[in-house]
Amino acid sequence: MKPLEEMSGTMNGKEAMESVVIKFAGDSGDGMQLAGTLFTDTVAVHGKEIATFPDFPSEIRAPQGTVAGVSGFQVHFGSSGVHGPGDAPDVLVAMNPAALKSNLKDLRPACTIVVDRDSFGKRDLDKAGFATDPLEDGTLDGHQVLAAPITSMTKAAIADAGLDNKTADRCKNMFALGMVYRLFDQPMDQTIGFFQHKFKKSPSIAEANIRALKAGHNYVLTMEAVPATYTVQPAARTPGTYRNITGNQALAWGLMAGAKKAGKDLFLGSYPITPATDIMQELAKHKWAGVKVLQAEDEIAGICSAIGASFAGDVAVTTTSGPGMALKTEAIGLAVMTELPLVIVNVQRGGPSTGLPTKTEQSDLLQAVWGRNGESPVVVLAASTPAACFDRAVEAIKIATEHMTPVILLSESYVANGAEPWKVKALDELPAIHPPVLTQPDPAWTPYGRDPATLARKWVVPGTPALQHRIGGLEKDECTGCVSHDPQNHEAMVALRRQKVERVADFIPEQKFRGKGAKKLLVVGWGGQFGTLFGAVTELRSEGKDIAVTHFNHIHPLPRNTASIFAQFEQIVVCELNSGQFANYLRAVLPQFTYLQYNKVKGRPFKVSELKEKFNELLAQ
Amino acid sequence: MSTIGTPAQPLFKPKEYASSQEVKWCPGCGDYAVMNAVQRAFSELGLKKEEVAIISGIGCSSRFPYYMDTYGFHTIHGRPAAVATGVKLANRDLRVWVMAGDGDSLAIGGNHFIHAVRRNVDMNFILFNNQIYGLTKGQYSPTTERGTVTKSSPFGTVENPFSVGELVLGAQGRFFARVPDTDVKLMAKVMVEAEKHQGLSVVEVLQNCVIFNDEVFDAITSKETRADNQLILEHGKPMRFGANNDKGIRLRGLELEVVTLGQNGITEADLLVHDATCASNVLHHLLAQMRLPDFPIAMGVIRSTAGPVFDADLAAQMKAEQERSKYASLDALFLSGNTFTIQPGTDKPDGTT
Repeated sequence: MKPLEEMSGTMNGKEAMESVVIKFAGDSGDGMQLAGTLFTDTVAVHGKEIATFPDFPSEIRAPQGTVAGVSGFQVHFGSSGVHGPGDAPDVLVAMNPAALKSNLKDLRPACTIVVDRDSFGKRDLDKAGFATDPLEDGTLDGHQVLAAPITSMTKAAIADAGLDNKTADRCKNMFALGMVYRLFDQPMDQTIGFFQHKFKKSPSIAEANIRALKAGHNYVLTMEAVPATYTVQPAARTPGTYRNITGNQALAWGLMAGAKKAGKDLFLGSYPITPATDIMQELAKHKWAGVKVLQAEDEIAGICSAIGASFAGDVAVTTTSGPGMALKTEAIGLAVMTELPLVIVNVQRGGPSTGLPTKTEQSDLLQAVWGRNGESPVVVLAASTPAACFDRAVEAIKIATEHMTPVILLSESYVANGAEPWKVKALDELPAIHPPVLTQPDPAWTPYGRDPATLARKWVVPGTPALQHRIGGLEKDECTGCVSHDPQNHEAMVALRRQKVERVADFIPEQKFRGKGAKKLLVVGWGGQFGTLFGAVTELRSEGKDIAVTHFNHIHPLPRNTASIFAQFEQIVVCELNSGQFANYLRAVLPQFTYLQYNKVKGRPFKVSELKEKFNELLAQ
Repeated sequence: MSTIGTPAQPLFKPKEYASSQEVKWCPGCGDYAVMNAVQRAFSELGLKKEEVAIISGIGCSSRFPYYMDTYGFHTIHGRPAAVATGVKLANRDLRVWVMAGDGDSLAIGGNHFIHAVRRNVDMNFILFNNQIYGLTKGQYSPTTERGTVTKSSPFGTVENPFSVGELVLGAQGRFFARVPDTDVKLMAKVMVEAEKHQGLSVVEVLQNCVIFNDEVFDAITSKETRADNQLILEHGKPMRFGANNDKGIRLRGLELEVVTLGQNGITEADLLVHDATCASNVLHHLLAQMRLPDFPIAMGVIRSTAGPVFDADLAAQMKAEQERSKYASLDALFLSGNTFTIQPGTDKPDGTT
């Protein structure tokens, strides 16, 4: 919580804030994801910067009331300074003791804590592992606790709505949300509209939720004991039309836009896997736009059907997460060998094996770059924020089709499920995409004849008269495209496939960094940890520290000017959510530099505070 | 595909469908005969070379696409059905032919095979069943008869083989045919039927591997025994077979029975008449199950029934969605729902929903 210096204190009983972190926490059946999402939509529509972090267990319904079953949704919103979903909540909504317990160690001093007083009975406390009642034993000293009888007041508010107890119980998240709306002086019309639309056919359910929402709102309004309410001004943004978007949705839309720009149908072959499934589900809605979605029988069929579709002329994509990526490995090699365009999206999660399906990690980087049999180069991109997933998806299709190569696009759970405002892009604003399609007979053509600039072969799809040819996983003759076991030819083809991918560096933007003039410390990051790394460095720079940050979206190949940036700094620290994969990759491709590391493998994103602590330590050396 | 008629003048002679590549199967391999039959079928169907996509997996027979002057894709082991599904969904105008062995189809690719059958994608699946792994030099396959001694079963296999037909029918297959590699004419005829059928057509070829499993089908295919050991099915015809054409199949209770015409007063009227198109697949199951020595092996089209075709239904759904979509363009989609606008010169957003 960062009060503006000139506005700190209470104005008309309202505290003005630059940015605030709220966390909704409760049982996985308590509707915390919905409450958080509705709140986010409201603040986004009213012009705040936002970043969200849904955090839930991998079980659909873990044992009720236990710490293992706590589902959380953290939203960071404000007029500026929102780099990621925030380290720790300023306001915690805890629907039961377990939700309070799982967040206790993360609380800021003087946090506002909203709890459901009704859920702090002896049994609830036992399940959460509290020996005594934390609301009364001093555990929460120093915090502002708002202990409202949420369950009973929700029941009272909707007593005559004609709902059974269980349904009524499910409205208590809306009571809590109403309280939060009042605390932050936010309008409720957006949320009310949501229920009216969603439950058009069950008006009593809509009515109950709306009543609970209003009851929570009024409860805070009339409570004299409420410590303070807060106002947050809208963010100053570039003019334009915005919408709130999650990483997975932005990625799906980017794929649709990319295919459209390439003048092709989009084909997705995929198999459900957390946390990538939303992309398939989003694309499945858009048959109207010519999107073909095959929910395949397994991960392998997902990518193989995409390879078939690519051969036959569609822009082909497969989406997955780490375990699925492992299964697709052989088929990626086939796409490399046959030089077909293909986008492989890996929304990373905690590994190895099944690992931490709902938690975030960046530990599939080396798998993406090197994890195949034979010398099997592909382009690797990484998305840095939820909204940026759109641009990366467009770019992945542009590179895949124009360079006739598989492209692996790395997202991560944290980016995929997180949301932020996206300045809506019109198709006209996007780069043109020109796949090297050949439709007319050309006597000079051979299946593996190459463009001199990109080294891409032509995309000749079945159905094209007089250009019949055969491709396949066996090594092919560089000139004729026929099967070849010739040793010289194999070495030449290995080199050509490598050079083709390396040449993509001639077509991507130069690497940028923030912190001109800095010399002492360069922070290097990649993928979805952009927000916190950028936030930490920005804060340190405003404190006058000699520090800069460069963040990579292009992993393989690296932008051409990477070494010239690295050379400007005394120290380089590579920060990532794994044990040092990007650092080791850099050691291999740019061995002239020394790379320090800052790593975290806890299934959770970086925090600005821990990054600043580490950077300060390095700067002090 | 219903759009195909027999052209008055074939576009190409069978041999003109061959590519310039030297064919490298072992001399005497059954694959040569299958290729001859496929080329004959293509010629009879009047297919354009560019409208055919031949998709194969890994194994001896999977070199097939290299030898044909059509579009071809030699993919990876077990996955041709999945790749072919993508090809067909990308371009429904293509004639998609999958060429795969018994290992490709029923071992490493078993999952893709049953799901392709279940979905009923409009393509042809030629399953080269030689009951052995040839390209890896002689290990048993999922169709190898129990007890067979191979390099990986030196004491005989103790596994039950799959029966291709029963697997197809169990996965709700709508077209299943079986042919011996020794009868090019029958093979070509069945392949024409397969192409004309809308949906997935599985053709099991009993294909002899001269090197690692030679003569495994000898009892079925040799000149001396084939008439007695094959029942060549024709839709609407009574099930008669035998060197003297005096044997037949009749139904007794829930089982089939081989009878001899003229014995015990049996006439042709007692025999089953083959109905490949009936909705129930119970009889087709019984026919697919027939084994030597008690029964002949059923050949020809055992089942061919119409049903929902996956790629056609997907295309229809897409067309319907295009007609009823509330979005005129992707731009309209991106601007739909909850958006808000920041006006130039103000920092107050104007929320719109």
